[in-house]
Amino acid sequence: MPIIKNGTVVNDEWLSVDDDAALPADGPVIVSLSRWQSETDLLRARTAPLGLLVESHEQIADIETDLSAFELIALDFPTFRDGRPYSTARLLRERYGFSGELRAVGDVARDQFLFMHRCGFDAFQVEDGTGLEAWLRAVSEITIWYQPTGNAGGTLSILRDQLQAAE
Amino acid sequence: MYRYDEFDHAFVRQRVAQFRDQVARRMSGELSEDEFKPLRLMNGLYLQLHAYMLRVAIPYGVLSARQLRCLADISRRYDKGYGHITTRQNIQFNWIKLSDMADLLEILADVEMHAIQTSGNCIRNTTADHFAGAAADEIEDPRVWCEIIRQWSTLHPEFSFLPRKFKIAVSGATEDRAALRVHDIGLQLRHNEAGETGFEVMVGGGQGRTPMIAKTIREFLPKAELLSYLESILRIYNQQGRRDNMYKARIKILVHELGAENLAELVEAEWQQVRESAIDLPEAEVARIERYFAPPPFEVSADADLDAARCGDSEFDMWLERNVNAHKQLGYAIATISLKPAGKPPGDITAEQMEVVADLAERFSYDELRATHQQNLVLPHVRKSDLFEVWQTLKAHGLASANRGLINDIIACPGMDFCSLATARSLPVAKEISTRFADIAYQQDIGDLRLNISGCINACGHHHVGHIGILGLDKRGEESYQITLGGRSDKNAAIGEIVGPAFSADKIVDAVETVMLTYLDQRQSGEAFIDAYARMGREPFKERLYANN
Repeated sequence: MPIIKNGTVVNDEWLSVDDDAALPADGPVIVSLSRWQSETDLLRARTAPLGLLVESHEQIADIETDLSAFELIALDFPTFRDGRPYSTARLLRERYGFSGELRAVGDVARDQFLFMHRCGFDAFQVEDGTGLEAWLRAVSEITIWYQPTGNAGGTLSILRDQLQAAE
Repeated sequence: MYRYDEFDHAFVRQRVAQFRDQVARRMSGELSEDEFKPLRLMNGLYLQLHAYMLRVAIPYGVLSARQLRCLADISRRYDKGYGHITTRQNIQFNWIKLSDMADLLEILADVEMHAIQTSGNCIRNTTADHFAGAAADEIEDPRVWCEIIRQWSTLHPEFSFLPRKFKIAVSGATEDRAALRVHDIGLQLRHNEAGETGFEVMVGGGQGRTPMIAKTIREFLPKAELLSYLESILRIYNQQGRRDNMYKARIKILVHELGAENLAELVEAEWQQVRESAIDLPEAEVARIERYFAPPPFEVSADADLDAARCGDSEFDMWLERNVNAHKQLGYAIATISLKPAGKPPGDITAEQMEVVADLAERFSYDELRATHQQNLVLPHVRKSDLFEVWQTLKAHGLASANRGLINDIIACPGMDFCSLATARSLPVAKEISTRFADIAYQQDIGDLRLNISGCINACGHHHVGHIGILGLDKRGEESYQITLGGRSDKNAAIGEIVGPAFSADKIVDAVETVMLTYLDQRQSGEAFIDAYARMGREPFKERLYANN
């Protein structure tokens, strides 16, 4: 499936490896949290970039100290109704300072892009046929926010402050 | 009241444009009804039995004359000339066309209104004491914090896909008129020993099929830190609330399963981290919002005495007695406009009546109105010497029912006449009861009473917290009605007890009257129904209700 990252369509260079499949000798892979926990040493020994897939019910607080091992974290939406990954994303970005790729995977559709973007996701695994244009439109539909989330730019209290300072 | 600045305006316009695009994608078939449903719900649009129903937000129930006129206009242009005040202090229109929606939202935006988050699994319209800013027993005006919550919760990117809907209520008064204890979060403004103002935070109340009374998880939260604390509660709920069963997804179940103390600990730990972030508003921003809620320029020389307002008209005196409450400002009073005339659906108001009320608000109440969760309207700041003129105008337009807090002041959901979830009709039952008890002297003799009717187990009509609650059920294709007694939503909040087997549609009104007669026969001098029930319990009522079975 196509990946939209930072506002462009990119090739997905990452290989998602099932828990029971053998790890390839080289190349960037995404593994599950349980595989990371059971094969930490093996995975750390690899030199290629490592990615982590976090299911919506999994909490990342347990692996806070491991986060530097990952260049990518993919958060899975089993259904768009499951809002847990939004909290996980904010914690990764705002509390744990994760600066790698934060990828939304699973039931990821146009009308969630904006919320995801706002919570700190910068990459989106989208359905075939979801054009870049739709993504760009979706994330620019609202430009004013009442809450400081993800990157705090553009919130109302900042805008109001700037207005007052200019007066 | 709060006024939009350029940013609020720009935001709401963007939201309307976003929804216009979503509607267009639905109408072109790009979105299926399944895909569109969560999008329309986020904007208060339900698909009901006959048509789309639109729920327009009245943030914490506060409304201006201009806004009410706009609602009247909308009801004429896009509906059948009336609207329906809801138990979340909102207003609903029952006959909306999808193709009109975006234009309608533009018209609302012109008067600083919207339908954002009046439905869906998100933070709903925050409700408040409907006497906020006026009540004699007010510690501090809760509207400032309601507006802060409104802004914070609006399109909150982290909390727009919660396990289930989320309702917050705020009160700043001694008496709880906001049903705090049956909300997901109830916030009570209070002073601590040092004289500072903060919130008592109650969590996990709710109605529906598993009614629960909220538990206090923090006795005193400094008010400046409200948002960081709310954000912490919502984050714990978003992460840990149940998602496997929609009937167990409200925060009350999480509170029940974890225990209030454990939840309090989780929230406290999260809060220690969140309070370090930029979420709490800077003092200057709080002060900016506070200025919008400054008291109107009251006249100090106004008459002090309510008795002076009496004029020997017994009907007017009765209205004064029931529908007028004490104001914090000498010489002023709070007037409740009952939308409960006998034989009419509770909470309905016609376009003409909306315009009459808007005029009254402008002339006599500093352009301010409130919608109540009991489905009435309020003129919050009326000079006592103006009350008679206000009443005369109300009377001329069928708005002077002197029954606030009496048996006919019924809360009812729309029931099966409109709602696709309902299992029985509620409006016809409300109409029959209010016709049976139409005699105002009879109502007054019965005295303080809260009768609430829901057309299904979801309890939108608050039957669990009615002194008398009626729940409409479907028993093998027949509508039947279960009675609960002893519920209440004030400081002593309690869930009503089921009195016995349900009654058929043609027996329910008789059953209500039997409950009343039992009370009238056995009450002690000056004892209200709810107090008599507390003293006597369910048995005497049960005995008489089922005597012939």
